[in-house]
Amino acid sequence: METEIQTQSKLNIHPDVKAKVESKKWFYTDTVKDHFFNPRNLLINDEEGEQYSKNADAIGMVGSPACGDALKLWLKIDKNIDKIMDCKFQTFGCASAIASTSMLSVMVTENDGMKIDDALKLKPQDIIARLGNLPSRKFHCSVLGDKALRSAINDYFRRSNQNNRIVVEGARIIDPETKTTDKDIEEAVLEGALNLEDIQKKLKVGISNKAVIPAVEELIRFYKEKYFG
Amino acid sequence: MKEIYLDNAATTKLREEVKQEMLNYFDVVYGNPGSFHGKGLEAKNAVEDARERVAKLINAKSREITFTAGGTESINLALKGLAKAMKDKGNHIITSRAEHHAVLNTCEYLEKYECCEVTYLEVDKYGMVNPSDVESAIKPNTILITIMYANNEIGTINPMAEIGTIARKHNIYFHTDACQAAGYCDLDTEKLNVDMMTLNGSKVYGPKGTGILYAKTGIQLVPLVHGGGQERNLRSGTENVPGIMGFAKALELAQTEREYEFNKLTKLRDKLVNGILESVSKTFLNGHPTQRLPNNANVSILDIEGEALTLYLNEYDIYTSTGSACTSQTLDPSHVVLATGLPYEAAHGSIRFTLGKETTEDDIEKVLEVLPGIVKTLRQISPVNVAVEHIVEARSKK
Ligand SMILES: Cc1ncc(COP(=O)(O)O)c(C=O)c1O
Ligand code: FES
Repeated sequence: METEIQTQSKLNIHPDVKAKVESKKWFYTDTVKDHFFNPRNLLINDEEGEQYSKNADAIGMVGSPACGDALKLWLKIDKNIDKIMDCKFQTFGCASAIASTSMLSVMVTENDGMKIDDALKLKPQDIIARLGNLPSRKFHCSVLGDKALRSAINDYFRRSNQNNRIVVEGARIIDPETKTTDKDIEEAVLEGALNLEDIQKKLKVGISNKAVIPAVEELIRFYKEKYFG
Repeated sequence: MKEIYLDNAATTKLREEVKQEMLNYFDVVYGNPGSFHGKGLEAKNAVEDARERVAKLINAKSREITFTAGGTESINLALKGLAKAMKDKGNHIITSRAEHHAVLNTCEYLEKYECCEVTYLEVDKYGMVNPSDVESAIKPNTILITIMYANNEIGTINPMAEIGTIARKHNIYFHTDACQAAGYCDLDTEKLNVDMMTLNGSKVYGPKGTGILYAKTGIQLVPLVHGGGQERNLRSGTENVPGIMGFAKALELAQTEREYEFNKLTKLRDKLVNGILESVSKTFLNGHPTQRLPNNANVSILDIEGEALTLYLNEYDIYTSTGSACTSQTLDPSHVVLATGLPYEAAHGSIRFTLGKETTEDDIEKVLEVLPGIVKTLRQISPVNVAVEHIVEARSKK
């Protein structure tokens, strides 16, 4: 699997094209397919799952089914070494959302677990690289897992009285060219810019850097739902 | 594994008879219908014969038929062409929220660049347009009513003749997008009271990229494509002769067989819908229970997301479609399903099966065999648990 990912990432073509070229009957890479059909670390809705959820050290939740995605993530953490020991998740989302969260859960638990500080540095791009790429409009699906992880880690900080370590959400740069952050988008939505066109008029986000548009659209949708539901 | 193609609303497989009909026009009758010699005349005669046959099928005159490159082009020609031609008489268009994007985005263009004013009528909980809403939306500057015959996503058939009667009473042109209806419904333009009608070949086992716009004698349209003046100057460019011949043949066969197909597919479709509603909990049918296309089964399956379901079915070589967020560029769920009053969370779990000529009882049984297991798997990993009552309540407000 590893070698395959490597050869794939050497192909420097547009991800949408690539997904098409490489699939005969499939739209995503083999790794995505594998994680979609055999998600790792799922929390199943049964007695055992309920028990796990009760004993978890942290829970993170993002999105809402109303806007198409919802994701819940549980962590078990070893306090003494500040490492994630175990991770489980559930998702209402598309194939990319399922696969990227599955991959994320593998990444934070492999090799005896990931240090919390390293987990906080994880980026959606890291997950995408491990998946051997996603079509660009599916980018936001991997953002979800990343957010759920952050929210779970904050939950852990809260529960373990480490409030000084809590990372305040937001102010994440979405478009490096215009230095637009998710907070900017949130504010613009609150000011009534409810679609990409209006957001772009206000913030110029994604006009030259079109690759960020899916992420911007996801944020617009998210905040729209949050405030105007 | 046998491929089970249940996406006939997206496009259909070319029929053997149609393919055979077309072959002759690639390399035997290959002339340009505009040429002034025997080879050209041969092609011209073929095209005119096709035009006459198509006209007869929809109870129109052959000069009222314009061959185009499909449904989208016909709709663009009807809407933009009329708006431009009638600029001095009015600028208001009435349509509905459940139309195909070919209509909605053309209307948006007209609002933006041609100073048109568009009323987007709400539809009822089945996705149907209420004729009295059409009547109340009419204004002194209304120039066109454009309402689809049958919906491509949820299959609901609109009350064409009633809307047509209203349009006629107020002396306003009425266009209908009949792309999905052509295989199953009566296309008699007199009975329907329509002034313009869009049809395409791709939905009736004909070639892709073919279609017509019917426009009643007397209607002025400004062409979109300028050049050599073909198609009575309405659509320049050398005619797609094999496509035109294939389209005419396909429409002929579709209209001849439509009642037989309607009855056959209704039975299969009902078996599928009832099977799903019985074997999978928290599911319901989208679209009208009876006034619907016989080949369309659109169901919402709560707590799961449509794309994941579609991809699981794909593993069994069962091809379906979803209006879910995740498949569209905008990531919004189907505008049609939302227009019927379904909340977002239910719209995301909608899946469309559209049957066709080759669909068999075994195919339906196969779907019913695998679907419950897939839904169970996806629900096991879903953090969502929507109350059915919530959905029912949201819908009843419609
Ligand atoms: C109702 C309806 N209108 C218009 C179209 C567009 O037709 P075409 O793809 O031939 O341009 C389609 C098919 O996609 C359709 O289903
Ligand atoms: S979760 Fe919506 S597109 Fe992936």
